Amino acid sequence: MKLRTRFLRDRLMLAGLGLLTAVVVVPLFIIIFYVVANGFSALDANFFTQELGSPARAMQGKPTGLVASIVGTLLIDLAALAMALPFGIGTGVMMSEYREHPFAPIARLMVSTLNGMPAVLMGLTAYALVVKNTGGFSGMAGSVALAFVMVPIIARTTESVLTVTPWALREAGLSLGLPRWKVTLSLVLPAARTGIITGVLIAFARAAGEAAPLLLTSFGNNFLSFDLSKPMDSLPQRLYSLAISPYKQWHALGWGGAIILLLFVILTFFIGRVAVARLEKRMKG
Amino acid sequence: MDTINVKDKDAGATLAAGDELRMETVGLSVRYGTGNYGIRDVSMAVADKRVTALIGPSGCGKSTFLRSLNRMHDLAPDITVTGQAFLDGEDLYAPDMDAVLVRRRVGMVFQKPTPFPTKSIYENVCAGLRLVGVNKKATLDEAVERSLRGAALWDEVKDRLKTPGGSLSGGQQQRLCIARALAVEPEVLLMDEPTSSLDPNATIRIEQLIHELKEQVTIVIVTHNMHQAARVSDYTAFFYVGELVELSATKEMFLKPREKKTEEYLTGFFS
Repeated sequence: MKLRTRFLRDRLMLAGLGLLTAVVVVPLFIIIFYVVANGFSALDANFFTQELGSPARAMQGKPTGLVASIVGTLLIDLAALAMALPFGIGTGVMMSEYREHPFAPIARLMVSTLNGMPAVLMGLTAYALVVKNTGGFSGMAGSVALAFVMVPIIARTTESVLTVTPWALREAGLSLGLPRWKVTLSLVLPAARTGIITGVLIAFARAAGEAAPLLLTSFGNNFLSFDLSKPMDSLPQRLYSLAISPYKQWHALGWGGAIILLLFVILTFFIGRVAVARLEKRMKG
Repeated sequence: MDTINVKDKDAGATLAAGDELRMETVGLSVRYGTGNYGIRDVSMAVADKRVTALIGPSGCGKSTFLRSLNRMHDLAPDITVTGQAFLDGEDLYAPDMDAVLVRRRVGMVFQKPTPFPTKSIYENVCAGLRLVGVNKKATLDEAVERSLRGAALWDEVKDRLKTPGGSLSGGQQQRLCIARALAVEPEVLLMDEPTSSLDPNATIRIEQLIHELKEQVTIVIVTHNMHQAARVSDYTAFFYVGELVELSATKEMFLKPREKKTEEYLTGFFS
């Protein structure tokens, strides 16, 4: 083959890869552009301070907003994270550090299955377990459903991050006469913390965008509530109900809500990146 | 002084007059899940407060043997260890012997320096002590200084004990690992090719250190470099395909090896 042909072929392959990548990236920009273009006008002071109330409020031009959804999203998601963290990380540690334990292969199978399970089933399960047994819809039931979504993702990333942590680190700890749990807690987990944080953020962002598990659990609430034992509003579920509503004013609010949800997820990743970068810097000194 | 015969279970008899037996293995074998032997029927003695070097070609089982002396094979589910390994007459593989306690008495330094990446120099050295419940600052301070001095690192790091262990050079990191192992005051220190990733100057420092350390601790060192064995050790054991071929005083082995295989290895007939 001539040198020139090789050169051209190399260029051709690169151009092909560039095209494929562009096709992947473009939709992201379309989504961001479309959401911002449609929703920006809805973002005023009322949007962040007023409750949604009844449809009549919007129809009559009275102040209305999504403060209930924004507050509810934060409360439900943070409660879900608090519940999911110990279970997710614990399962990940079991799968990576105690491979010979009889629970480890079972956990691995369950985590793979849960990872691929539709989120609406997590909602149904939380409905059966929490809503049915506590006598009604509640923000807490929504948190449980979202925790179901988070746990397998956290467990999976924790396992894979721990697996690539150098084996030598564990041996160095063991050779000092440290027991295994101590080696795991004080050496292996801290060494893997940046990867674990990233995994937790991915799980958090993924759950924050789920509407289906919340429809059957936290249900939604047109009014502001801080009580996790009562029905509570959240952005994804509210976006859904605004979108299927027959009111034009609510559609606009929905687009505005989509911007906030997008910002929320982007901000989560940004904060995570900064935290990881600072940790890494401190480790290198 | 006789060559050790693997059939002769009283390996301690081969030590020079005046040297005391500290560790001893009797018919020790390590077998992998595939059925292959890492080491086979090794009976060997380790003299108290002396340096014993393990030499031999790659894959001869010297590291496998070393790691069986502080039960590092325990975590690999498909490795089985049979036979006995004694420390002061106690069998480290006895059913009621706790591996964690064994490792507290028999420390280890690895081929690649492994400072704990998230901990400072100070915390690296105290890591083992904190576990046994030592938390008094004065005691820790004293142990850190003593261990770092013991590892000939104190003067280089005393002004930056709070900086991460990973910020040191490779040779310094390895001395930090030695200090960390010394802090828990082990009776025996195992070293698995501790200088193979270091430059010549750092290697000389570690070798000098080994000379100083044998005043207080018994050392078993695996080395790929037979010149290093000649420089640092009192006894040398030559391993070949998983078996102990010869254990002799280092001088004797290098001047007048008993076994033909040893002589061939030392003269570069194979490597």
